This record gives sequence, C-alpha cells and structure tokens, in this order.
Amino acid sequence: MHPTRRQFHLTLGAAALAASSLGLGSAHAQGAGPIKVGVLHSLSGTMAISETVLKDTVLMAIEEINAKGGVMGRKLEPVVVDPASNWPLFAERAKQLITQDKVAVVFGCWTSVSRKSVLPVFEETNSLLFYPVQYEGEELSKNVFYTGAAPNQQAIPAVEYLMSKDGGGAKRFVLLGTDYVYPRTTNKILRAFLNSKGIGDADILEEYTPFGHADYQSIIAKIKRFASEGKKTAVVSTINGDSNVPFYKELGNQGLKATDVPVVAFSVGEEELRGVDTKPLVGHLAAWNYFMSLKNPSNDEFTKKWAAYAKAKNIAGHKDRPLTNDPMEATYIGIHMWKQAVEKAKSTDTDKVIAAMAGQTFKAPSGIVSKMDEKNHHLHKSVFIGEVKADGQFNVVWKTPGPVRAQPWSPFIPENKGKKDEPVVTAKK
Amino acid sequence: MRWPMRWLVILAWLLCCSQARALTPEQAGRIADGDSESRIAALNEAAASGDAALGPFIDALLDGSVRVAGGRAYVVAGESAVEAVEAGTGRAVPLPEGAEEPLVNNRMRRELQAARAALSLFAPERAARAAAIAALKDEIDESRLPLLEKAAAAETDAALRGQLALLKAGVLIGSDDRTRRLEAATLLGASGEPAVRSLLLERQRSEADADVKAAIAESLKRVESRLAWGERLGVLFTGASLGSILLLVALGLAITYGLMGVINMAHGELMMIGAYATWLVQNLFRQHLPGWFDWYVLAAVPAAFLVSAGVGALLERSVIRWLYGRPLETLLATWGISLVLMQAVRSTFGAQNVAVENPSWLSGGVQVLPNLVLPYNRIGILVFAALVLVGMALLIGRTRLGLFVRGVTQNRAMASCMGVPTARVDTYAFALGAGIAGLAGCALAQVGNVGPDLGQSYIVDSFMVVVLGGVGQLAGTVYAALGLGVLNKLLEGWAGAVLAKIMVLVFIVVFIQKRPQGLFALKGRSAEA
Repeated sequence: MHPTRRQFHLTLGAAALAASSLGLGSAHAQGAGPIKVGVLHSLSGTMAISETVLKDTVLMAIEEINAKGGVMGRKLEPVVVDPASNWPLFAERAKQLITQDKVAVVFGCWTSVSRKSVLPVFEETNSLLFYPVQYEGEELSKNVFYTGAAPNQQAIPAVEYLMSKDGGGAKRFVLLGTDYVYPRTTNKILRAFLNSKGIGDADILEEYTPFGHADYQSIIAKIKRFASEGKKTAVVSTINGDSNVPFYKELGNQGLKATDVPVVAFSVGEEELRGVDTKPLVGHLAAWNYFMSLKNPSNDEFTKKWAAYAKAKNIAGHKDRPLTNDPMEATYIGIHMWKQAVEKAKSTDTDKVIAAMAGQTFKAPSGIVSKMDEKNHHLHKSVFIGEVKADGQFNVVWKTPGPVRAQPWSPFIPENKGKKDEPVVTAKK
Repeated sequence: MRWPMRWLVILAWLLCCSQARALTPEQAGRIADGDSESRIAALNEAAASGDAALGPFIDALLDGSVRVAGGRAYVVAGESAVEAVEAGTGRAVPLPEGAEEPLVNNRMRRELQAARAALSLFAPERAARAAAIAALKDEIDESRLPLLEKAAAAETDAALRGQLALLKAGVLIGSDDRTRRLEAATLLGASGEPAVRSLLLERQRSEADADVKAAIAESLKRVESRLAWGERLGVLFTGASLGSILLLVALGLAITYGLMGVINMAHGELMMIGAYATWLVQNLFRQHLPGWFDWYVLAAVPAAFLVSAGVGALLERSVIRWLYGRPLETLLATWGISLVLMQAVRSTFGAQNVAVENPSWLSGGVQVLPNLVLPYNRIGILVFAALVLVGMALLIGRTRLGLFVRGVTQNRAMASCMGVPTARVDTYAFALGAGIAGLAGCALAQVGNVGPDLGQSYIVDSFMVVVLGGVGQLAGTVYAALGLGVLNKLLEGWAGAVLAKIMVLVFIVVFIQKRPQGLFALKGRSAEA
C-alpha cells in the first residue's frame, strides 16, 4: 500500500504541527488512516507457552473493534513482533514498534523482567504500554496501565485462603519460584506478610529454579521432607513459563496429593495445564481474577467469541479445545478500555489517553464491571481461588465479595511507607 | 481355621450393617449442601452409623456426579443428565431445575476420603482394608478411635493389625492417660511414615511428662533414621535418573565427537528432531489407532532413531565430510546447521511447544518407602538408557561395522589400505550418533518440554559429559554422566537448583584445567593422533 501524495502531505503537515506544538516525542500520525497497535509478546522460547495466546487475544479484539467500525472511524492495524523470550530483545522490539512503526499503543509483556526491560523505552518516548499479567507491584509508571493483579489482588488473598480452615489451615509454606524479579519480590512480600501473621522464618522455605528448568525431582523431594518436619504445609508456586509442565508432571508422578500438600500457583492457568494429565493434580490451586469456568453472561459471550475466533483462524490447540484464561481476559479488558479512552479523548495522543483512562469501566468476563482506578493505573478486580478439576478446568472455591482496589506499593514492605499511590510525574523541560 | 474366622468377620460386618440406620435423604442433603463445618459434621454422623449406602454416595461426591437442589442430593450419571437418583431413597427421579454441583474443596475431599476409608476398614478383601489403612495414615483424628479399635479387634491379618495399632497409637499419643501416651510413643517408633514424624515433633513440643518426652525423642530418632534412608535413596535415584538422561544425550556425541572428532554443534537439534518424531508418532496413534495409544512409545523409539539418523546421514554427506580434520570450520558449519534445523522446525510446526503425553503405563510411580516414590517415566528412561548403552557397546565392540569404525578412527590411511570403505563408514558412524541423539530426544519428550529450542538446553550438558569422561571413551562417558547426575542432585539438595548448576560448571572448568584428557585418557600411539 503506497500512500497517496495527498495523504503524505497530510501526514507531513500533521507531523510538523505535532512537532512544533509538542516538541519531541509523541509524533503519532493523526490522520484518517488506520491506527497502528503494537503487539509485543514472546511467540517463541520458554514464555511462548503463555504469551502466544495473548497475541491472538489482541488480534481477536482488534478484529472485533474493526468490525464495529474501528476507533473514531479509523481501523486498527496490528503490528506483531516476536521478542522470543529474550529480555533485551523486548526493549529493542519496543523501540522498533514505537519509533519505526509509530504505533499508538503497545499491548505486551508477561514476565516482569521483560516489562522492566521495556519500561525505559516507553518512558523516554512517552508511549503507552498495556501490561496484562499479575505481577509483584513495586512499580507505577505513568506510561503503563497494569490490567493484571497487584499482590493484594492475588498473592495475599491466596495465602490467606491457605491459612484458613477451608484452605487446610497451613502453618508452613514453601515459596517456590523461577529465579527472576517477580517471584523474588512476591516472595519478599509474602514472607513479610506471613511474618506479620506469626509464621516464623523457620517455617518458610524459599526455593528458586532457572528459567526453563525441567527436572523437578529434587525440589519435590525437598517439599516432601519439609512437609514432614512440622505442621500442615502448603506450596506457593511462582514458577513461570514452560517449566510448569515438568513441575506438574513430576508432582503427579510422585503422588504429592493436594489433600496433603496443596500447591497454589500464581502463573498457572487453563493454558499452562494443557497437555498435562490433570487427574493426579485434582485439588491443587490457582489464584486469579478470572477463570474460564466462571458462569455469567459476559463470560459465556467471551468464551464463545474466542472459540469461534480460534476455529476461524485455525489456532493450534485452541481450534479443537478453546481455552481462555486470566491474562487473556486482562488483555481483552485493556484493549477495550484503551478504545473507550481514545474515543473520550478524541485523540491517540499519549497524555490525553492517559487522562481519559482514569475511571474507565468495562463489563469484564469475570462478571464484574471492571474499573480503571482514577489514580493508580491498576484495575479494580475480584479475586477468585480455584481448584484444578480432572478436566483441566478450575472449580472456584473462594472469592472476594466484590472488586478489590490494587495496592501497587505493598504495605508489607517497610520502604514503601509514604509512597504515593499514583505515578510521580517529574517536571519535564 | 482361617476360613471360618473370615466368615465370622463378614457375618459380623453384615449384622452390623443391617442394624445401622439407613442413609436418609436429609442426611445426604446435609452432607452435600451447606457450609463446610455442618457438612463435615453430617458426614461424620453418617459415617459413625456405618451405613453401607454411604460408600457409593461418597464415591459419587468425589466423582462430581452429585447435584443438590432444595436440600436434597441427587446422583446423576453424566454431565448433561436429566435423570437422577435421589440419594437416600434410591428412587429414580427427573433432576430438578437449577440443581447445582456441590462444592468439594480440599478439606471436604480429605474428609470424604477418610470417611470412605473408614468404611472399607471392614471390607472382606484384604487389599481393600490395606488401602483403607494407607488412606487413614495421614489423618489423625480422635473421633476415629472407637472405629480403629473395632477394626483392630476384627482384623485377622497380622501385618494389617500392626498397621492399625500404629494408627491407634497416633491417636492415643494425645490421650490424657500417661501410660497410654507412653505406650503409644514407644510404639510409634516402629513407623516410617512422614506424617508420624510431624506428629511426634509436635507432641515433643507440647509434652510435659519427662518419661513420655524421652520416649518420644527415642521414637523420633528411630523414625527419622528410617526416613533418612528414604531420602538418601531418593537422592541416589534422582541422581541416577539425571545421569541416565545425561548419558542418553551424550552417547551420540561420544561417537560423533569422541570417536570421529567432529565437533557437532547440531547434536542438540538432532535430539529435538527425535522428540518431534515422537510427537508425530503420538499424533498418528491418537488419530488412527486410539485403542493402541498407550503403546505409541514403542513405535516412536525406532521412528525417532531412523528420522534422526536419516538427517544425520544427509548432513554428513552434504556438509561434514568436506570438513574432516578442520575442527573450527566444522564447529561453525554445524552451528549454522543447528540454526537452520531449529528455524525449519519452527516454520513447520510452530514456535510453541508441542504436548507429548505420557502413556498411562509411564504415569504415576511406585511407592518403595513411605517417603520415596519412584516415577515410572524415570525408571523407564533408566532402563532405556541402559539398553541403548548395551546395544551401542555391542555394536562398536562386536560387529563388523564397529570394527571398521574403530579402525578408521585409529588410523584412516591404514584402514583404507586394508580395503575399508572409509567414506561410507564415516557416514554410517555419523548416522549412528545422530540416531542415538534421536533416541535421547524420544526419552526427553517423556519428561520435559518439546519445542524448537529443546536441543539448546542439552548441548552444553552433552559436551560436558563427553569432555569430562575423556574423548574417545565409552566407559568414561558412562561414569561421567552418572557422576555428574548424582553430583548435580546432591548439590541441588544442598544449595538449590540455580547455584548447583553454577557449581557443577565451575567444577568441570577446574577439573579440565587439572586433567585436560578427562577421566579416562586413551593410552598408546592413537592418543597422539
């Protein structure tokens, strides 16, 4: 597609105008052409198991929006790149999306280390990132909207549940994770939380494995020994990526039953358990803000839409057995809220969209009306705890009465005292 | 003597059943619906009356085939059933509108399983009673004491009676009577259960009586020493299991690098191809022979070997044979090939991992000791690695091809003079190495993830094993693989997975500095060649 001479002049004029009025930075083309949307998810490497489907979710939402006439009468045009589970490559690809492809917004990242890697790029170019995955908090950037859960919307309620009578009354905890920033920080918060509940450090075992670790024999043996050394033990897993498959396989094969030592996972959903025999895993838990098995009209609509899309696009695995999960829901909410904010701001300009995002609401597939907080760039979310069923779905055993406001700065980390619950905007120029 | 006894027991059991009240519809409803506390209370009440109808109802609850509506429980036959059987009455009724599946969480499941086990303590089959006792060993519940006593009195099998006595002791150690506590504490020393250890540890803290405390400490020591054996054997097994995987990934390289001197950076990708071949065979079986699905592995083994060997032969003929004796060029070329192979697989099958399912006979594990379960897939790989090793040793040591391979590697010119077709032998040997890599891929598919990058995570390990073992030595490869496996697992248990990996690498660097020729060096003239 070659731009016509007129379009070219228009763009040039707009760019010149933008450059003169705003200075450097947000040089988003404001024309009648399509609005470009960046998709920055690993389509290969260890995180592809989780992230590939998010790319498809963005594409589905874009198709849906375009079918209804686009945003402000302009179509959305996705630009998909593959950062290949390679953290520095994330920053490179983000830069390429922003400066070369001139996208108006980027939907992307799963691991916190990838988000940390792209963050300077987004702040420097004053662009927008929608981050759809639960994470450790301890971050609040003006340029990021966090549509996944903060620790108080996932990790803390899950551990509280494990300590409750119905959760098994756990008194000892194994904090097991992949070795990077999200599990380390989450476990730091959890340790402080458990200490505040009277559980000493002797009753907490922290273990980490490298990305892509595939041999969980000794970890499971360690968990078994730790469990036999005292009262009721539970495992909190922040293992990310495809390591989860060998972990759960080993868990099943070694016969560590959920009734004895329940494992609650924060990064394992319907998608990660595909291809694992879930019969021996019945009763192990996951904490999320959405499960595919939730019964409500907007979820029915969402899962049906996804099934139809997966079939039409011939998406491997999903065309025969469509699965939805929490980060997919968060992605879906994110892109729709962005659309609403752009329409409210009547512009794709970063600062105008950020202002318009505050207080946006969307009828989420989890059954609530999800609201973007006025200040802290996080969604208000309900928390659900589900147990694995024999068919790989989750059975919700506990939920919060209503949406919970996010606390990106965890109160259990002492240094966070006095930190403002909104992005600190440093004066520019 | 034994038969009349057994009949007496059964008779007593039947009598006891007929006297008990039947499970009422109200009871069934209360077990299925309400908050956890009241449901558990209702369950225990029903279990205490020992009703025979309770067993099937519990099974139905655990299966998820119970629905509740209006305080009544119904057992349905399938997911979308409209017909149901009202629990408690046994009447077939249409399933009421809006009937819901009752919530069975971990706590409820534990109680249900314990109640189910308590019911089958009086089952006529020994196996059922043994299973019931095994299920109850993690559940120490005072309310179950009368039941355990009744079961112990009725038990005819000496071994099971011993286990029941241990279960009883687990409850009695919390009794108010000092002598009973003392007796129980001493008795528990005979146990090897992890659950008993945590029970004793807990009691040790709360016990006030000095004698009982001493008895607990003594028993604890005995239990712990028994558990320690399980742990030691566990480390040994996991080490051997990792060693067998290392051996499989290194054996092929021991031929191509060790014997032929080709630094084959594409070795990992040959494994990956073997793993994908396994996946393809699995899919073929699933589509065309679903009845035989469990045996797809047996067909996948030769398929993985042949596909990888074919790719290997092709590589040797097209690229590697022009580069013999030029290690640097071989290294670069094979590295390039590895990238090409990875991208080819990525383009054909997609970048995402593919799911290889374990056949049912490779799922689960065998309980050797109370705290030691050996997973079948690990045992399978151990046996498989041993078979591959034996097969390869025979092939190299006993066959004409093996003789030629050894001849060509020792002195190419002389072998050629003797009429050995050296070029063809090179191709065969390389294909053999590649085929064994394919077998490794087939095995890896059973324990890990199968994706285009599979080879990358093992290539370093395989070179490590071959170099450590001594280039050109099969026996060295075996010792190095098992040694590294056990060392890695020992370190992992002590320092965690991340540090263990670093320490093993440091160890190898130091070792190679001190002993560049590896564990076993070739002696004689060929060593200098």
